[in-house]
Amino acid sequence: MTPRIRDEDQVRTMTLEAFADTIVPGEKRSPDDRAVAGAAPGGGAVAAGALELLEWDATGLSSGLGEFARLLNGHAQVYAAEHELAPDESVPPFVALPFEHRTALVQRLTTPGHPEKEFWVSLALFSNMAFDSAAHLHTADALAAGHPGLIAMGIELPDPDGLWRFPAYSYGRQLARLHPDTTPSGSPA
Amino acid sequence: MTSTERTDVLVVGSGFGGAIAAYHLAAGGARVVVLERGPWLTGNDFDHDFKLGSSYTRAFDFTVGDGMSVLGGNCVGGGSVVYFAAMPRAPRFVFERHGSIGRRMWPSAVSRDTLEPWYDRVEEAIPVTKQEWSDVSYAGGLWAAACDHAGRTANPLPSAIDNSKCANCNWMMAGCRFDAKRSLLFNYLPGALAHGAEVRPLHEVQHISRTDDGDYRVHYNVVDDEDYRIQAGSGTIDAKIIILAAGAGATPVILQRSEATLGTMPNAVGRYFSGNGERLNTAVLNEDKVREVLGLSRGDGLAYEANQIGKGPTVASWDRLDGSLPEYSRFSLEQLYFPPGLGTILAQVPGATGPSWFGVDKKELLKRWRSWLIIFQMTEDDNEGVFGPPPATGNADRISQQMLGVGRLRYNPTANTLRGWAEADAEVKDILERDGLAEVAAWTNDVVGAYTVHPLASCRVGDDPDTSALDDRNELRGHPGIFVTDGSAVPGALTVNPAMTIAALAERAIPGIVHAAQQRGVNVTYGAPSPDGATSGRQGAARLVPTLLHR
Ligand SMILES: Cc1cc2nc3c(=O)[nH]c(=O)nc-3n(C[C@H](O)[C@H](O)[C@H](O)COP(=O)(O)OP(=O)(O)OC[C@H]3O[C@@H](n4cnc5c(N)ncnc54)[C@H](O)[C@@H]3O)c2cc1C
Repeated sequence: MTPRIRDEDQVRTMTLEAFADTIVPGEKRSPDDRAVAGAAPGGGAVAAGALELLEWDATGLSSGLGEFARLLNGHAQVYAAEHELAPDESVPPFVALPFEHRTALVQRLTTPGHPEKEFWVSLALFSNMAFDSAAHLHTADALAAGHPGLIAMGIELPDPDGLWRFPAYSYGRQLARLHPDTTPSGSPA
Repeated sequence: MTSTERTDVLVVGSGFGGAIAAYHLAAGGARVVVLERGPWLTGNDFDHDFKLGSSYTRAFDFTVGDGMSVLGGNCVGGGSVVYFAAMPRAPRFVFERHGSIGRRMWPSAVSRDTLEPWYDRVEEAIPVTKQEWSDVSYAGGLWAAACDHAGRTANPLPSAIDNSKCANCNWMMAGCRFDAKRSLLFNYLPGALAHGAEVRPLHEVQHISRTDDGDYRVHYNVVDDEDYRIQAGSGTIDAKIIILAAGAGATPVILQRSEATLGTMPNAVGRYFSGNGERLNTAVLNEDKVREVLGLSRGDGLAYEANQIGKGPTVASWDRLDGSLPEYSRFSLEQLYFPPGLGTILAQVPGATGPSWFGVDKKELLKRWRSWLIIFQMTEDDNEGVFGPPPATGNADRISQQMLGVGRLRYNPTANTLRGWAEADAEVKDILERDGLAEVAAWTNDVVGAYTVHPLASCRVGDDPDTSALDDRNELRGHPGIFVTDGSAVPGALTVNPAMTIAALAERAIPGIVHAAQQRGVNVTYGAPSPDGATSGRQGAARLVPTLLHR
């Protein structure tokens, strides 16, 4: 038997995690992880801290997160009915969707013309930012702590003072002919 | 008792248009106040950090619109602090464009030839320098080599960077920590301050009204220095001359909001917006092919893997800047760097079958980020942007504490614009997919619409009162004493980076503004040297000054 969903907070967290995991998918945190679908190897947006970022009021989204989760679950119910997917009452309706259906629903919600597109796009933007820029953490700290997104992208470590410098930066030679109509100061004529 | 604050000249915004005007007016003897909505950051304030609240979000503005999102500076120095400092002059044919109006868009008085002396002034003041191949980043070199391999030419871009200080950290968008970028904080703005101008950060101008004695009154809000959603006060300043330079995404909004107090605005206020025909492509390089086909090697075993290294754009291909080609077919292709966050979300998976900008395949694309090469296209668009009614304050409803807001710009690309983008996409593909070098995909326009870091033309100069809000000296039609000197004055897409042309047009507007100030009794003269005292630019432009005084 699956445990009953305890409260609204848990519904909201699981739903938002499942959304973030649809944007940048990752591996399950434990075998019984339901929110993270496990659609890709390595940590995804959730492991990268998407919920921490979204819950931070600096984003401007935090106060609306409960509403986002409620709306998303509403859309998921409609979607599941359309596709005659067997209901699973043990988790929120969006979490109950298999990964490819989560993906299809998010595509629908973010397609130009959808009346709520703006909301879903902003949720997607911040989910993505948790992974590719760790916008809730100091970048140097995130790298030092092995942040899954920054590490996966291969972002270089900074110098000990926390600043990036690349003393080697150029192939150092002419690699193309110049346009014939270039002015002496280097502009197009 | 309330005392009204007064000044001679009130400048709104401290980017190129604002700083240049503030310098010349102050140096000429006028009392100048500059109101800037963003914070005043320098040197050590510029962080290498993506955390919200670092300089990357404090100094930056991202306004989502309907079909077009606009990125810009939000700090003292405006776009010059966050920009990439590529400073080419616009090609000759640009000034002859007709665009959507069936006649020359630029005023008859402005051509590449007549603008040349003003370009020279800017080049001397900032200064802008020609770049050598040894200054070019790996990414720029790669782009040059790929262009060459495909029979194209490529040029290092003239730039406003002091290469001796540059660490090639590619954090330019967060402001330059090493003082290598020659932003306005190093030339026009200190020049203006030295001559007594006052710059007030965190002051956002909302609207303008008239005073009983015929001057203008500027109404501003004070913005909280951490949470820009919070207003910390408000006030007014009276001035004889107003110079609007809030950027092409904000200047028309201030004027629209002022219509209730100033009366009817010219038809072209908030219309004819151009995104400079901007579009981006991301290529993912095949490292083996980079080595085999282009013969490139970094010397440390790597062929490229250098997306993170450099100083924004360093090389552009200008083969399609050919005036004999039809309008909308001319564009430049420029290598660029965009940091994660803004620079990754819109990148699409080449040949995607599922979702193109998120999901499993997108994650795989992100894992190859070191091998990305971003190509920036600047095409000819159709000036199709229109601003809807203004929001309550500023130019956007702010969502996040900093950076992100929703504005009122609508942009529905015409067939001409779409054709230009398609031709530019095809050209990039042809160059970069040759011999398996890379896979290329354009950034999606379906997420936040098209996007631009080069907003232009929303309050433009011209000869035709129906299609231009400003006369050919940058004065707002029907509202004497109000001038616009920022990117909104530029009539249309330039096919190259615009700051050099924005700045030159601002320099050109100054004699007329000084003259208008004199006529209103302000004790001011024209003729300041470059902010560092150099005088050859002034000499070069001197013969043109008399032609700019008549009205
Ligand atoms: C990431 C990035 C890279 C770029 N790279 C290049 C490049 O390499 N080369 C190039 O030529 N161009 C580049 N640009 C574009 C260039 O920065 C702009 O074209 C240029 O700064 C525009 O100058 P402006 O005077 O029109 O306005 P801005 O420089 O944008 O200045 C406007 C100022 O007004 C302030 N403001 C807005 N509203 C108000 C208000 N209501 N009250 C008071 N102040 C207000 C803003 O905060 C801002 O500081 C880049 C832009 C970005 C964002």
